Amino acid sequence: MSSSSDLDLVPAIATRREDALSGLGKMVSQGLGWARKYSLFQYPFVTACCGMEFMAVAAARYDLDRFGAALPRFSPRQADLLMVVGTINVKQAPILKRVYDSMADPKWVVAFGVCASSGGFYDNYATMQGIDRIIPVDVYIPGCPPRPEQVLDGIMMLQQKIQDQRHQLIGNEPPALPAKG
Amino acid sequence: MAKDTDNLLVVPPVPEASPLDAPFPSKRMLVNLGPSHPAMHGTVRAVVELDGETIHGMKLDIGFLHRGFEKSCENVTWTQVFPYTDRLNYVSSIMNNVGYAMAVEKLCDLAIPDRAKYLRVITSELHRMCDHLTLVSAMGLELGAMTVLIYGMEARDLIWDRLTELCGARLTSNYARVGGVSRDIPEGWADKVLRTLDRSNEMVDEIDRLLTRNRIVIDRTRGTGVISRADAIDYGFTGPCLRASGEPYDVRKASPYLIYDRLDFDIPVGTNGDNFDRYLMRMEEMKQSDRIVRQCFEQMQPGAIASDDPRFVLPPKPEVYGSIEGAMAHFKIIMEGIRVPAGEAYACVEAANGELGFYAVSDGGGRPYKLGVRAPGWNMLMALPQIMEGRMLADLIPTFDTVNMIGGEVEQ
Amino acid sequence: MSQAALQKLKERFPDAVTQTYVGKGGDDVALVKKEAVAEVCRFLKDDPELQFDMAPYITAADYMGSEPRFDLVYQMYSTKKNHRIRLRVGVPESDPVVASVTPIWKGANWYERYCWDLYGIRFEGHPDPRRLYMYEEFVGHPLRKDYSLRGRQPLMPERTVDEPFRGPGPTGG
Repeated sequence: MSSSSDLDLVPAIATRREDALSGLGKMVSQGLGWARKYSLFQYPFVTACCGMEFMAVAAARYDLDRFGAALPRFSPRQADLLMVVGTINVKQAPILKRVYDSMADPKWVVAFGVCASSGGFYDNYATMQGIDRIIPVDVYIPGCPPRPEQVLDGIMMLQQKIQDQRHQLIGNEPPALPAKG
Repeated sequence: MAKDTDNLLVVPPVPEASPLDAPFPSKRMLVNLGPSHPAMHGTVRAVVELDGETIHGMKLDIGFLHRGFEKSCENVTWTQVFPYTDRLNYVSSIMNNVGYAMAVEKLCDLAIPDRAKYLRVITSELHRMCDHLTLVSAMGLELGAMTVLIYGMEARDLIWDRLTELCGARLTSNYARVGGVSRDIPEGWADKVLRTLDRSNEMVDEIDRLLTRNRIVIDRTRGTGVISRADAIDYGFTGPCLRASGEPYDVRKASPYLIYDRLDFDIPVGTNGDNFDRYLMRMEEMKQSDRIVRQCFEQMQPGAIASDDPRFVLPPKPEVYGSIEGAMAHFKIIMEGIRVPAGEAYACVEAANGELGFYAVSDGGGRPYKLGVRAPGWNMLMALPQIMEGRMLADLIPTFDTVNMIGGEVEQ
Repeated sequence: MSQAALQKLKERFPDAVTQTYVGKGGDDVALVKKEAVAEVCRFLKDDPELQFDMAPYITAADYMGSEPRFDLVYQMYSTKKNHRIRLRVGVPESDPVVASVTPIWKGANWYERYCWDLYGIRFEGHPDPRRLYMYEEFVGHPLRKDYSLRGRQPLMPERTVDEPFRGPGPTGG
């Protein structure tokens, strides 16, 4: 894939100009990263089999709460982590895209299970071959369905990724006003 | 008991209203629930026409989890279909395996050894408990009792641990094979299962104490989502939902398959056909499954776990590595698939939600020509608009829970 | 067990029931003409000795290349008598229209929609003849043998990915 694809633009990552930030900016970024990685409000987009494993991960034995990521928000507006749990087919794709679009920045996406990652062994007329064809994905968790340990590993990888990203208190520029007329 | 709760439902009469107290004029409103909605587990879209809180019309739109099960199955060998059947009803996958294996064995006219039958029944019943635990936990969660989920998931995890020792996977177990099962039980497994069941039963009892006499649960499930016995049959209900309406149909008793005729167990039957009865059926069936598993372990004898018919079953590994015939047989079955005689057959098992039937057509080749699934949840979901007609919107949630629609099997 | 049912069916509809046989594993099967489906089903449900009261499982199969091309299958069960019967109805490709049995069993509704959606068999008198699984924009009927396995019809633009290496698995398409 080419790096210029708009799918690969993660909004929270800074451009090169911002790399030349002051030490204060870096401290702010690290602080924000630390805060954001431990307060992941997730939106579980549960469709299929993986949902059963997702329930197990959220329950007492594996306890997603230890990572600050257990509280599901059932409105995409309040969530910053989209967990796509299960198969997404062609009919479901526009809905997933719409849910993703209505989430506020910064936002991250986890493809939970092999169907969300690549379509799995459903290579046929109905199933989309991975959600990364319509939305960007931060962490892929393989497995059909993944074991809970894998899910926890994926969550920790995402946290590491969030910590390493460049965060800002305020955005760069306000969006350009539409031309008059 | 019915009397007590009936009184709660009676709305006190409204005194003659003055024009000042008259309600605002209202109009009907269309509300879209789903397909990604927390209370619609699975991915069903329901368009509900509301008058205040009352449902006046409902349309269901499914297919958001249609993943081409049949088309995929037509393009793989008969044995490769097993993983696909796992993901039909993913909460109780072994029963799907068994149902499919039985359909193919019916086509092949293949008898399987006793031990394989016992193993199939044991694992099926363990998965039936998992399925019911999931339903009860999800219902508790959606009625606001998060604790039930914690207990239910822990009990389910315990059973899954044992199944992992047997099959290597937590929920998509891929255990049955044409002609038998894939693995024999590990040493000491039977004893471990029995002790696991003791522990999970404690948790089931805990759930029972939390829910069954809980006033909130009773108020929300008693008398909601009612379907009469005649309607239930007309819609093709099977399984716990049909039995909750008073019809004692269970494939395990009506036409016993495998070794169910050698076992002593009861079929719970309800009377009201409401959500509470459907919930009670599940709780009781878990106890009966426990009885079945214990009896199976007592009756089971050592022996072969798969038929030795070289046309359908892989030869034992020493033979594959040691003789040319064994290697050939192995190669042919793996590469071309087993040659199932041409014909068509319908086999059904009692899955956790009801009669799960497989209609298999073979053209004599190594791949299924057609594989249709009669998913039990299909009929239950189909009846939902009629059940909910004229009821409150809030009743939709427990009803949706107790009919236990599983996306994988309904939308295939 | 329901040999009697087959016998009765043959006596009652000598023209419509073209053949009866005992299939694999003892399933009782009757081949029924397409024009008489509703009538035969009504009889099977209402006759006091048969009483196939539970909604049937309806599915179809596509025997491409033979005539009639489609085979509509009704798998019935009676809770009163505890017996089963299977009706097979040949449906030609040129005129894939069959009378709906939804007025007889309410539970036949979605199965018939399924047959319309995936096989393209229309049911006359069906109260809600929409597609069941696929979306309205979908062209064709995916379970027909001449529909390709990977014939995806995306609803929204997808990022293109060069065909990745795929190991052994579903072929065709």
